Amino acid sequence: MSYLPYALAVWIFAVGLYGVVRSRNLVHLVVCLSVAQSSTYVLLLSIGYVNRGTAPIFADVPKGTRAVDPVVQALTLTDVVVSVTVAALLLALAIQAQRHADTTDPDELSEMHG
Amino acid sequence: MSRGVRSGLFLVSAAGLTALLLWAVADLPDFGHYRGPYGKVLNSVAVGERHTTNVVAAVVFDYRGVDTMGEEFILFASVMGVALLLRNPHRERRQVPVRIQSDAVRLAGIGFAAGLLVLGLYVVAHGYLTPGGGFQGGVVLASAFVLVYLAGDYHAYRSMSPTPAIDVLGATGAGGYTVVGIVSLLLGSAFLHNFGPLGTTGKLASGGSIPFLNVASALEVSAAFVLLFSEFLDELVVRPKARSE
Amino acid sequence: MIPLQAAIIGLVAAGALAVVLTRDLVRLTMASSLYALLLVVLFLVFQAPDVALSELVVGAVGFPLVIVVAVVLERGK
Repeated sequence: MSYLPYALAVWIFAVGLYGVVRSRNLVHLVVCLSVAQSSTYVLLLSIGYVNRGTAPIFADVPKGTRAVDPVVQALTLTDVVVSVTVAALLLALAIQAQRHADTTDPDELSEMHG
Repeated sequence: MSRGVRSGLFLVSAAGLTALLLWAVADLPDFGHYRGPYGKVLNSVAVGERHTTNVVAAVVFDYRGVDTMGEEFILFASVMGVALLLRNPHRERRQVPVRIQSDAVRLAGIGFAAGLLVLGLYVVAHGYLTPGGGFQGGVVLASAFVLVYLAGDYHAYRSMSPTPAIDVLGATGAGGYTVVGIVSLLLGSAFLHNFGPLGTTGKLASGGSIPFLNVASALEVSAAFVLLFSEFLDELVVRPKARSE
Repeated sequence: MIPLQAAIIGLVAAGALAVVLTRDLVRLTMASSLYALLLVVLFLVFQAPDVALSELVVGAVGFPLVIVVAVVLERGK
């Protein structure tokens, strides 16, 4: 049971990749990619979790209370915000792809040359 | 490659990858039995060293400040990419008709937008005391602008967020973060090393240079999201039959 | 592990699958914002309020963004 959170990260990653491979629409593909990306957040946060630990914020609890790892949280919280702008860049590319190829299906795009 | 062949290939390789990943995580310490030293050290020293009660914010803007600067530049670069791809001055722009929402929608929208602005400022300002900070607060601030579009119309949104001003704000945020780092260098310490009076723990005036970095990232993140929304909205409203040849 | 954690882990696993299997774009935005909400609860249960707040605001802004792009693409056809 104690490996369940790690298994969840693996599951989300596999499911997200499945969506990317099977996708028939570029918007759907970008959303699936962000699902796959969320597996990294789950993995990082579950590694940093401490049993019966509180959040690493000592505004209301005394110093020295058992708390979870703040480093993985710091890594995750910036990436959550940044990943949306990267997804937006991909969506902008999808708009351009549709302008030039008149399709949003990645399969039809691959038949295009040049 | 046909879809069937590709799906088959994917299922085989995904099964292999999943097995490898599961094998890899099986050797991690049990869930809840965290073994890394850094988290424990930071949790015990950060409040005393930096006078901030939110250790996560202290890590983001101080102990790993260079890392955050990298993230900020990824954000900056991808928003620049969106602007490059979608902004085209030669494309014809349609006159957007004024759209008037009902009084009830406008009143509720304005109320919520004002509330969101205040909430965003609060989340930014208290970032190093309680959960929050420049990144989250910046997005809240930007969402207030989106609400103005929903409650009012395109013109109201545009007059609230003129693109040249937003561009300058975003650049100020990105540059400001770097300038704070350079000030540390000029003061004789490492890049982005904390400087300035640490203040009283638990008060807004605390944390040395953390509040400056916090505000710089809030500026950049909110400008970035407003700009993203402007670009996509222009795509939707102003350039109806766009073909970018 | 406490039951609350096990429950939300199951919900997030189901949510990810639901997002990936949804083809219709309007339903996709609904599913992905629900998935974002489930992630928020998961992060809260893992004692990461900062990350939860981040995911919460991002879910709220990403939702209209995807809709706008979807409408632009639909109309371009």
